[in-house]
Amino acid sequence: MTSGTSTRPTPDPAPSPGHATPGRGGAGRGSSAWTLPLAVLLTAGLLAVSLSVGVYDITAGEDGWAMFGITRVPRTISLVLAGAAMSMCGLVMQLLTQNRFVEPTTTGTTEWAGLGLLLVLILVPGASLLTRMTGAVVMAFLGTMVFFLFLRRVSLKSSLIVPIVGIMIGAVVGAVSTYLAMATDMLQQMGIWFAGSFTSVVRGRYEMLWIVLVVTVLVFLIADRLTVAGLGKDIATNVGLDYDRIILMGVAMVSVATGIVTVVIGSLPFLGLIVPNVVSLIRGDNLRSNLPWVCLLGVWVVTICDIIGRTIIMPFEVPVSLILGVLGAFFFIALLVIRQRRA
Amino acid sequence: MPETRTAATDAPTQASGHTSGERRTGPFVRGRDRVRYAVIMAVLVVLAVGFTAGILAYGNPMPVGSDGFWRIAELRVTSIAVILVVAFCHAFATVSFQTATSNRIITPSIMGFETLYVVVQTGAVFVFGASGVAMVTGTTQFLLQAALMVVLATILYGWLLSGRFGNIHVMLLVGVILGGGLGALSTFMQRLLTPSEFDILTARLFGNIGNADADYLPYAVPIALAAGGTLFWRARRLDVLALGRDATTNLGLNHKREVIVVLFLVSLLMAMTTSLVGPMTFLGFLVAMLAYQFADTYSHRLLLPMAFLLGYVVLSGAYFVLRHVFYAQGMVTIIIELIGGLTFLVYIMRKGRL
Repeated sequence: MTSGTSTRPTPDPAPSPGHATPGRGGAGRGSSAWTLPLAVLLTAGLLAVSLSVGVYDITAGEDGWAMFGITRVPRTISLVLAGAAMSMCGLVMQLLTQNRFVEPTTTGTTEWAGLGLLLVLILVPGASLLTRMTGAVVMAFLGTMVFFLFLRRVSLKSSLIVPIVGIMIGAVVGAVSTYLAMATDMLQQMGIWFAGSFTSVVRGRYEMLWIVLVVTVLVFLIADRLTVAGLGKDIATNVGLDYDRIILMGVAMVSVATGIVTVVIGSLPFLGLIVPNVVSLIRGDNLRSNLPWVCLLGVWVVTICDIIGRTIIMPFEVPVSLILGVLGAFFFIALLVIRQRRA
Repeated sequence: MPETRTAATDAPTQASGHTSGERRTGPFVRGRDRVRYAVIMAVLVVLAVGFTAGILAYGNPMPVGSDGFWRIAELRVTSIAVILVVAFCHAFATVSFQTATSNRIITPSIMGFETLYVVVQTGAVFVFGASGVAMVTGTTQFLLQAALMVVLATILYGWLLSGRFGNIHVMLLVGVILGGGLGALSTFMQRLLTPSEFDILTARLFGNIGNADADYLPYAVPIALAAGGTLFWRARRLDVLALGRDATTNLGLNHKREVIVVLFLVSLLMAMTTSLVGPMTFLGFLVAMLAYQFADTYSHRLLLPMAFLLGYVVLSGAYFVLRHVFYAQGMVTIIIELIGGLTFLVYIMRKGRL
């Protein structure tokens, strides 16, 4: 880490997150007293729908309830965990880089995690779930650090270049993975791994996901520091913050969440981009009161996409990642257009 | 060698401090550069001929010159033709596109031209169901689809490049994301197809140089030649476009119209190459960047052939080595993606800015 002046991208069209601009439409702190419980209720309703959707008839006696416990409940729990964690990842990255368009998909973090997973599968045949996750997390960490170094090294004229570079890095890493997978006859397996889907979530295969809950809670705890770190090294150091340590911590949190979610579920593209941006569009940028909303909205988006994926071609399923990829891309473009219009 | 009559007002890139050779206005700063260009072109031609001969004759079990020998060579001519078309399309499309957008980072592939074509193909099967399979197999249908894709691309990217966004970065980002979104959309539609429909579609979509769709060659070659030829014929206009919007307008060209024309031709070229071998993200970038490095001139009359030759050498070389040395023909596109992608990142790192 050089202590030189790092040229930060200027957040040109977007007001940077963290600057508390009062939310529009009176959705400030006062009204959240009753909206938040309402939102929690809505979430509960959605989860109930998620629990009741499926091919198997769960009311058919003993077997049905056993199935319910083996697949439906774990699936719904993992929807909640993955949705909240990935949204938080997006938020953390956006805070640290002061850039609206950064999240694990647009920095290549997801592809790095996949590469790590693949390497473990090649080097250690029959590796345990924990080993795979470690590989994915370590590579995701390395990749995200590479990206951050990139941002320091490359002077960027515009905040919009950041995601372009990130996506390119992701594409290169993806090509490396494809090459390795092809050389070792793992292409099909890789395709299955990468298509984010909650299909394979059953009891005994998803428990590791609980680790990402720790990440989510951590974000709540250190949100203020992340915000300050986002203001740049000089300001952060001035107010008494160990800048490099916070950056490392933020990257580590994102890597852990992304790595674990990649191994257990697969990639969930654009989730970390959609959710924080929608929340800030609706509620403004009061980070502290936005955090629970980011969590809830993340859960909603993933759950709705999963229900769509489960019902659209019953009895088969469409991976969540595809639905998210389509919706997320068009949302991203809409966001860009809206921001341009305003500017 | 064409001499331009307009004096290049840009500061020459490297003539500072050198007094060898007389200064001139024209495609090259010094006589030495002209020689360098000619030498590089000659080397590329030699390499291209060598690889072509290699692909045609290497490992041919029959004695050279016999009937059987020629028959086997004929079978291999198809792959040569495919490589030619693909290299031509990618080189011409990428260089022209980068000129029209005044950006040397972004290529049509990165912006999603190829995925747009895939979406059109998948959409045909998806919308028309089983009869849609017939929609992607006939030659008339192929031409219809290509036309549809070209219209869509021209409208879409014309709108993106129209300056409505005010800023090139927004447009590029929209393009990149659009590429990803369209890719997801086509995969999504493929998921909803019945297995039999899906089989036919994948046979059409995921070609590689080893087993490209030779049926399309009679259509792809003339269309690509026409589009590329038009670009070459209008190369002078490209030279002007490279100066940017204001200079173009000042010199009396309708900037918006020129850009739309270039986009139209680029989308034609991209449709042809995608129909043959499917998407190749970084080939265009690699070839265009090498061409800028080697040719070191603004003149598109010189850049375009250089890029095309480079593309051919890279593709045929990779194909020859992988097919006859490693017996892994399917890897060609992946290897090129890898090299091209790495070059892309190194380029950004070294340049230090975008």
